[in-house]
Amino acid sequence: MDIIKKIQADQIRTDLPNFSAGDNISVDYKIKEGSKERIQQFKGTVIQRRGEGLTETFTIRKMSSGVGVERIFPVNSPNIHNIVVNKRGKVRRARLFYLRGLTGKKARIKSKIS
Amino acid sequence: MRLIGKKIGMTSIFTQEGKNIPCTVIKAEPNVVTQIKTIENDGYNAIQVAAIEKREKSTNKPQKGLFNKVGTTPKQKLIEMKNIGAEYKTGDSISINDFNIGEFVDVQGVSKGKGFQGVVKRHGFAGVGGQTHGQHNRNRAPGSIGNASTPSRVFKGMKMAGRTGGVNRKQLNLEIVKIVPEDNLLVIKGAVPGHKGGIVIVEK
Repeated sequence: MDIIKKIQADQIRTDLPNFSAGDNISVDYKIKEGSKERIQQFKGTVIQRRGEGLTETFTIRKMSSGVGVERIFPVNSPNIHNIVVNKRGKVRRARLFYLRGLTGKKARIKSKIS
Repeated sequence: MRLIGKKIGMTSIFTQEGKNIPCTVIKAEPNVVTQIKTIENDGYNAIQVAAIEKREKSTNKPQKGLFNKVGTTPKQKLIEMKNIGAEYKTGDSISINDFNIGEFVDVQGVSKGKGFQGVVKRHGFAGVGGQTHGQHNRNRAPGSIGNASTPSRVFKGMKMAGRTGGVNRKQLNLEIVKIVPEDNLLVIKGAVPGHKGGIVIVEK
C-alpha cells in the first residue's frame, strides 16, 4: 500500500482548501474545447467525499432551475483550477443522500459557527 | 526482453492532459542472469534469468548449486529468453532500466482463481430466455448442448461450467506510463492478470 502512496505522492494537491460534506463550495474547473481552454464554475453542496489518495472524489449537488444536478470531481484532478468554500455546513452524517429527496426550505443545511 | 516482477496493486494517475487513467504497479527487482545457453552446449541460444528471493531452506541442492555458481541468493522464478541480441554474462542483471516510458509491453501472469463457475461467468453466455413472462429458473442456464440421434453424443470441447481462472494469461500491448528507478517500479496502464503479490512477467 505504501508503494502505491509513493507513486501518487507527487500528484496529490495541497493548494486546495479542506472541505467536507455539507459545505457549500464553488469549483472552477478547466474545460478544453479543441485547442482552447476556459474555466467554468460549479457551485453547490458537497454531499459526499469518497476514496483515498489520488482516487478520492467528491460529489456536489445544486438545484438548477428546479432540477437537481450532481457532479463528481476527483479531488486531486489537475483540471480543477480553484475551489472556494462559501459556507461551512453543520451536518450529522458523512453522506447527505437524503438531500436528493428534499427541495426548497427542507433542503437547507445549517451553517457551522466556528 | 522479459522481466520478472511482482504485482503490487492498482491505482489511477493523472496524465499531462489531465486524464485519469487506471494503472497497475509492478515491482521488478533486477533479474540475475544465471546461465548462458549456447548452440554447442544446449542446441539453442538463450539466456536464463532468475528473480524474486527464496528461502535457502526451501531450495534443493541442484538449485543451490546453480545459484552458488553465479554467486547470488536462491530465487523463486527462472525464465529463459531465446535469441536475445545483446551479449550477457552470468551474474549480469536485467532491470527496469531496459524499459522506457511510452513503450508497449505484454504482461503475463496466472489469473485469479474463481473456483467452479457457471457458463455465464465462465464463457460469457447470456442465459436462456428473459427475466419475465413467468420464467422462473433458466436465467443462467447453458441451453442446448447438442443435437439428438445424429451425432447422439456431445462434442468434445463443448463450453460448460467448471473451474475458472487460475491459468496463465497474457495481456497484450499495455503502455508504460511511469518508471520509478529507485524503487524498481513499473507503472503500466490497464489491468494485468493475477492477484496482488502474484508473479508477473513483463515482456517487450
